[in-house]
Amino acid sequence: MNKNKLCSMKEAVDEFVADGDVVAIEGFTAFIGFAAAHEIVRQGKKDLTLCRLTPDLIYDQMVAAGVAAKLVFSYLGNPGVGSLHCIRRAVEKGIPRAIEIEEYSHFGMVGRYLAGASNLPFFPLRSYVGSDLPQVNERIQFVDSPYGDGPIAVVPPLRPDVSIIHAQRADVNGNTHLWGLLGVQKEAAFAAQKVVVVVEQIVDENVIRRDPNRTLIPGLIVDAVVEEPYGAHPSYVQGYYDRDNAFYLEWDRISRDSGKTQTWLEEWIYNVPDRRSYLSKLGQERLRDLEPGELIAEPVNYGRYA
Amino acid sequence: MEYTPSELMIVSASRALEGSRVVFVGVGLPNIACNLARRSHSPGLELVYESGIFGAHPARLPLSIGDPTLVSDATSAVGMADLFMMYLQGGLVDTALLGGAQIDHFGNLNTTVIGDYLTPKVRLPGSGGACEIAINARQTFMIMRLKRRAFVEKLDFLTSPGHLDGSNSRQRLGLGGDGPKLVITDRALFEFDSKSAEMTLTELAPGESVETVQAEVGWKLNVSPQLGSMIPPSQEEMRIIRDELDTEGLYR
Repeated sequence: MNKNKLCSMKEAVDEFVADGDVVAIEGFTAFIGFAAAHEIVRQGKKDLTLCRLTPDLIYDQMVAAGVAAKLVFSYLGNPGVGSLHCIRRAVEKGIPRAIEIEEYSHFGMVGRYLAGASNLPFFPLRSYVGSDLPQVNERIQFVDSPYGDGPIAVVPPLRPDVSIIHAQRADVNGNTHLWGLLGVQKEAAFAAQKVVVVVEQIVDENVIRRDPNRTLIPGLIVDAVVEEPYGAHPSYVQGYYDRDNAFYLEWDRISRDSGKTQTWLEEWIYNVPDRRSYLSKLGQERLRDLEPGELIAEPVNYGRYA
Repeated sequence: MEYTPSELMIVSASRALEGSRVVFVGVGLPNIACNLARRSHSPGLELVYESGIFGAHPARLPLSIGDPTLVSDATSAVGMADLFMMYLQGGLVDTALLGGAQIDHFGNLNTTVIGDYLTPKVRLPGSGGACEIAINARQTFMIMRLKRRAFVEKLDFLTSPGHLDGSNSRQRLGLGGDGPKLVITDRALFEFDSKSAEMTLTELAPGESVETVQAEVGWKLNVSPQLGSMIPPSQEEMRIIRDELDTEGLYR
C-alpha cells in the first residue's frame, strides 16, 4: 500500500528537515522553493548545509535568519540585479553568524549531483585547469585518465539529506511533471536521501500517465508531496506566473542593511503562519500582474497499443 | 546619431559575433549584445544559455539568464547536465561572450573575490559556468568597461582561464578552445597577439588616444601598428537597443 505522501508544508519540513542536515532546494532562477525556505526559517532549523548552484534570494534570506552553517554553491548573485548582501555580510563579517563556504563552478555542482544520483565515486569534467578554484577547494581534484588522455578534473558526489523541488504538478504519489528550465532538479532529487516535492497543483494520476515524457521525478523517490500554489514566489513557474522582479530589486535595497533585513524577516516570515497568509498579505492584484499570456504546445499522440 | 560609450561597446560586441553560428550568452552586457546581434545582422544566431536553453528567441530582453522568455519559443530546453556535457563540452559552442571584475593582459578573468579569498575586500559572484565556458568554447570575447581597477597587472583570483601564462599555455595544458580573441570595452578594443598571446590595443573609440587608454590599464600596453577606430553605431542598431532591448536605459 502507498503511504499517503500528501501533507502540509509545516508537516513536510517538520518531518523531513532536521538540524544539521545537508539541504538542497534547487531550481535555476525558476521554481525556487521560497515557501519551503520560509517554513524552515519559521521552525528555527539550525546548522544546515545549504546546497544550490545559485544561492539566490532564497539562501540570502535563510542565511540572514541564521539557519545555515555552510553554503555549497557556484554563483553567488542576485540574478540580473547584483549582489547577495546577507550572504556577503555573513562571509565578510560573520553577521548574524559566520558561515563556511564550499565553492565550485556550475558544471562542477551539476557533476556533483550527477555522481550522487548515479552512485559514482566522482564525476570527471573538462574544467578548472588553470583556475585558482582547486586551490581554495581541496575537494576539486585532478586524476590521470587511465586511457592516456592526461589529467582530468573530478568532483565528489553530493548526496543531500533532503532535496526540495518545486514543480507545476504531481499526483498524490509524487510523480512529478515539470516543464521549462529543467535545471538540476532531477539530479538533485535522485541524489538525495529524502525528497519533498512542492507543486502548484495536485493532479490525477491519469494526467501524469498521459504524458510520461514530462515526468521529471518519479514518485518512487518522493517522500512528501505538498500542494502550495505560488510557493515559488518571488521566483517564477513557467506558464503559471512570472518572476516578481520588483521584489528582486526591492530585496537589493532591503538586504543592504541588516536591521531592515531583520524587519523584513519578521514581517514576511516570522509573523506569517503559512504561504496562504503570505499570499493574502501580498494581495491578488500583485499576483495578477505576474500572470503570463498563453502559449499552448501542440498536443502529441502517444498512441494506444492495446 | 547620439550614443553612449556603453552603447558603442554593446554594438561592437554584437558586430564581432558576425560569422559565429552558436554563441554562449553570459549575464548582463553579453546578454544585450547577443540579442542585438540576433535582431540585426545574424537572425540565424543560436543563443545558448547555461540555464539549459539552446536556440533562444526571447520576446523581451531577458531579465536574467534564467528568464521564462528564454524558454518560450526556444529550439530546445534541456537540463543543465545536458547543456554542459553535450553542448559545451561536446564542442558545439563557437563563441562565448564573458564579462568579469578583473582581467589581466593574457585575458584571464576574475569573478570571485577582490582581496584575499578567505577575508575578501569584496566577495564577487564566483564562476557560475564561466570557468568551463572559458575552457571549452572555441573562442571567447570579453565585454567589460575599461577601468584601471578592472584591467590589472595581477588578478586577485583567477576564476576563468584565458591564455594563462601566455604563448601556447592553453595548448600545453590541453584546453579545448582557443581562448580569448577579443576584449571589447566602452573606450577601446583589444586583440591577442598570435605568438605571445598578449592583449594588444587595436582600436580606439572616438575621442580616445593611446595615452587615455593606457591610463586605465595596469600594465604597459602593446599597441598594434595598424591602430584603427571603433565604428559608431548605426541608426538601426540604436533603434533596436533603445526601442526594443533597453527601453529603460539600464545599459546607457
